[in-house]
Parts: sequence; C-alpha cells; structure tokens
Amino acid sequence: MRTDELITMLATSSGAVDSSSASKRVGMAIGWGAFGAALLMAVMLGVRPDLGQAVSRPMFWVKIAYAITLLLASLFAVSRLSRPGLTLSGIAPVLLAPVIAMWILGAVELAGADPAERYRLWMGRTWRSCPELIAILSVPAFVAMLWAVRGLAPTRLRLAGAALGLVASSIGAVVYSFHCPEMSAPFLGCWYLLGMLIPPAVGATLGPWLLRW
Amino acid sequence: MQRIDKEGRLAKTEERLRELLVRGLDGDARAYHAFLTDLSVHLRAFLRRRLAHLPDEVEDLVQESLLAVHNQRHTYGPNEPLTPWVHAIAKYKLVDLLRRRGREVRTEPLDDGNPVFSSTDSDAAEARRDIRKLLEHLPDGQRASIECMKLQGLSAVETAHITGMTVSAVKVAVHRGLRALAARMRRDA
Repeated sequence: MRTDELITMLATSSGAVDSSSASKRVGMAIGWGAFGAALLMAVMLGVRPDLGQAVSRPMFWVKIAYAITLLLASLFAVSRLSRPGLTLSGIAPVLLAPVIAMWILGAVELAGADPAERYRLWMGRTWRSCPELIAILSVPAFVAMLWAVRGLAPTRLRLAGAALGLVASSIGAVVYSFHCPEMSAPFLGCWYLLGMLIPPAVGATLGPWLLRW
Repeated sequence: MQRIDKEGRLAKTEERLRELLVRGLDGDARAYHAFLTDLSVHLRAFLRRRLAHLPDEVEDLVQESLLAVHNQRHTYGPNEPLTPWVHAIAKYKLVDLLRRRGREVRTEPLDDGNPVFSSTDSDAAEARRDIRKLLEHLPDGQRASIECMKLQGLSAVETAHITGMTVSAVKVAVHRGLRALAARMRRDA
C-alpha cells in the first residue's frame, strides 16, 4: 500500500474525536482502582475498629492529606507523560513537598518525645506488614492505570510506568489509612513511603514492555 | 533576517497544520486528509535525515508514524502547540525502530536542532511492507470492518449491515483493528 493510499484509508470516515477521552480514561481507572482497593481492604483486613474516634484526631487527616497530595501530584505527572510533547517541569518539588513536610513533622515529633518512646514512634506496631499491604492494595489501581495509559501515548515509558505506579500506590495508601492504626509522623514518613515506592519501582521496570505502542 | 524568515515559515506551517487537525478532530474528513498528506511530507524529510544509513526503511517508518498519529490523535489537546506533539511521536517511532535494529540510540543524531516541520520531502518511495497484507492477518470482524469503512468508504450503518455486527461493535472493531495493525507493523519490521 502506498503512503497516499494509507492516508486516504486513515482519513475515510474517521469521524469526530472526543478530546476529553484521555482524561475520562484516567478518571475511570482511578474510580475502579479505588473501588478495587476498598473491596480488597474490606475483605482482607477490615476497617480499624476505632475509626469513629480516629476521625476526630488531626493526624488521621494529615495521613490522608499526605497520600492525596501525592496522588494529585502523580496524577498530574501521568497525564503529562501520557501525551506526547508535554514537559514535566516543576513536578519534582511538588512530589517532594508532602514527603519533606512529613519528615519535618516527624523530626519535630521525635524531638519532643521521651527518648524511650522514639523507637516506638518510628516503628509503630505494624512496620513489618505496612509496606507490603500498601503495595497489595495498590494492585487494582495499578492494573487499571496500566490499562488507561496503554490507551494513551506515553513516550518516556519508564517515567510513565513509575508515575502510574505512584498514582496506584497513593490510592492504596488512602484506602489503607482506614485500616491502619498508626498515627505517628515518623512512621508515615518511613513505612508508608516505603510501601508507596514499591509500585513505582515495578512500574518503572515494566513500563518499557507494557506501555510501548 | 534569514532566521526570522525560517521561524516565520515554521510558525505558519504549525498554524496551518494545527487548524487542519483541529477541524479533522471535529469530524471534517477532508481537512483531516489534507493534514495527513501535509504531515507525511514533513515526516518523510525529518525521518530521511535521521535514517541516512537505513534509507530503505524511511517510507515504512513514515507509514508507521502516520498510523501512530492517527491512533493516538485523541492525545492531542486542541489548545496545545502541534509541533512538540508531532515531534515527540516521530522521535518515539524513530527510537523504537533504531532499538529494533539493535542500534545504540545514544550515538544517533536524533535532535539536530531542526524541528519536524522545518523541511519537506514529497518523494515517496515504495514501502517495503504492504499494509494490505498485514490487514489480512487481523481477526475477521476487525478486518471486514476496516475494509468496508476505511477502504470502501461505507458508513458504519452499511458496514454493520454487511458484517452482521452492531454499529457500535463496528466502530470498536475499526479502532481496535488499527491499533492491532500498528502492533503488527512493529513486530514485522
């Protein structure tokens, strides 16, 4: 087939294109991913029994805000990385801000605590399971985001894989917050972060294979 | 002075192509055809300069890039400049080809400072791989839908009537078929 024949073929009955289809796709993936994570959490772990009291403590909301800020920043990164020719300028400080804020809060908390208490503030009671549970709860959103981004056009596949992994793990972390009893900033700054870095690492590894088009 | 002329020309090309594409995305098939034709001339010059050592592959890559532009056209934001979008797609397809050929991409002159719309080349060579042959390998529903709608120019309703599929299934089949075609082009190349 000659190139002009191909052009005619492509242009024939090509129809109108919905310019919002890209964002709809990502929106749908987030919806399904959050739903899947909530379902998984309800079946596997259950909501923390003291949720009623927890919601009245500021730290509960700090924890949620931490994950949601990361979600918004990574979502912005994914939407730029999924469309050819857009730059990512200024994204690094936005991604780092919630982490650094949590570290500062953690340092303040540790400094003000009784030395004997510090180790417990950092390790909590659930440090062993926290990162892996966040990673597990990220799986539905990871699969959904992979589907969404595969329907778009990422040109930097490792970065796009990492960014979609961070979207998935932030969703996982938001949902996990409703189960997890930990409320100390040093814990959130370390173990939550560690869990939230697993899906981006997987995404960056698999990106070049799963996202090519 | 010459530099200003060149930049003015680039800006004009960008403006003209962008307007054609935006009309095309609104459903104006004639504008879309003009966009792809114009684009192919720029893509060919862009890719030929960068494939000096693989001259036989230029036309295949022009076709692959055109199909990529078509399949990913929903990722173009109508308010954004067109040049970076096209440039990123062409470069992505070029790097992809060089990797398949086992070339060390780092040593290739990818960005010589000339953007994708800076030159034209309407001298289309014969493509080595025949897309018509690749179409034969698609699943029946996709192949039939593409043949009716895209090659014979029938409407979705007529195509649905012939293939016994629903209208929405026909549209999905065309969309998936063209994506599958792109994947096959990559594999066969």
